[in-house]
Amino acid sequence: MANDSAPGPGAAAATADGMTGMVSDWSSDQRAFKKVHWGKAFMWIFLLSDTFIFGSFLVSYMTVRMSTTVPWPNASEVFALTLFGQSIPLILIAIMTFILISSSGTMAMAVNFGYARNRKVCATLIILTAILGASFVGMQAFEWTKLIHEGVRPWGNPFGAAQFGSTFFMITGFHGFHVSIGVIYLVIVAIKVLRGDFDRKGRYDGVEIAGLYWHFVDLVWVFIFAFFYLW
Amino acid sequence: MASVEGQQHPIGTYLIIWFLLFVLSAFSYMVDYAGFQGMLRWSLILIFMMLKAGLIVAVFMHMRWERLAIRCAILVPPLVLLVLVALMAIESEYTFLTRGTFFTTG
Repeated sequence: MANDSAPGPGAAAATADGMTGMVSDWSSDQRAFKKVHWGKAFMWIFLLSDTFIFGSFLVSYMTVRMSTTVPWPNASEVFALTLFGQSIPLILIAIMTFILISSSGTMAMAVNFGYARNRKVCATLIILTAILGASFVGMQAFEWTKLIHEGVRPWGNPFGAAQFGSTFFMITGFHGFHVSIGVIYLVIVAIKVLRGDFDRKGRYDGVEIAGLYWHFVDLVWVFIFAFFYLW
Repeated sequence: MASVEGQQHPIGTYLIIWFLLFVLSAFSYMVDYAGFQGMLRWSLILIFMMLKAGLIVAVFMHMRWERLAIRCAILVPPLVLLVLVALMAIESEYTFLTRGTFFTTG
């Protein structure tokens, strides 16, 4: 690893793999995360803390849903959309899921083209990811508007248990906020790629770190889709 | 892997994972569309969810190519959330029973 030349105790090349390697990595007077850019290690630690935030949201959703004596609204019907004259359950949510997965795919490829020093393709893929993310937020806004028009409020709704509204707005709102921040983040990284900032630095970890954040947003949606929309 | 910079893997790998994620998402959507209920529904939702999450973390986030030290540091701590889930499930059962006993009329 020519690029992992950051000086510091234990920056020496990693030795063994597997358990032996882990024990030696965690031993004293060494860098624990070898071959990992410090920014990447900290992005992972931030994502770990974010996991606990979303984890707590989903657990609180489970708690209010399990403890209410009022029937829970049927998400399949609440989120149905009438297309071509027939009502299709959860269709918008399904489209949003596919869009977010596609954005993850383009981002994964952007990281690859970044490391391959192909600036144009890398930036194009990042911008494509940002556009897909922005369209996701747009659909989320449409979903919110539709539900608000139907009378869903954080304190009640016409379909059933009042907690449905509060958990829906809190969880999807926080996730949508993450996507929006991610879109801004990606645009900034794309500009840096085009300007050649990472070439001057001699390393493209910045793109991979942005990618980690973006994949995490997709990962959280996998759990929201499963627990909130499908359960 | 040690000689190349960062995480570089064939584009084909990402395309396969992308395709698999599409298929798995379609499957989880079909669970709702087909109207499965009860245990079958819940277990299918959880299986497809875990497979999708696993693919994203392992391949898109490159965890399967990282050293065990960072894999454990990031992936083990979230497991304690399962303890929280268990605690809150017990608590909400109790709340549910209490509400049923004292707050339902008729």
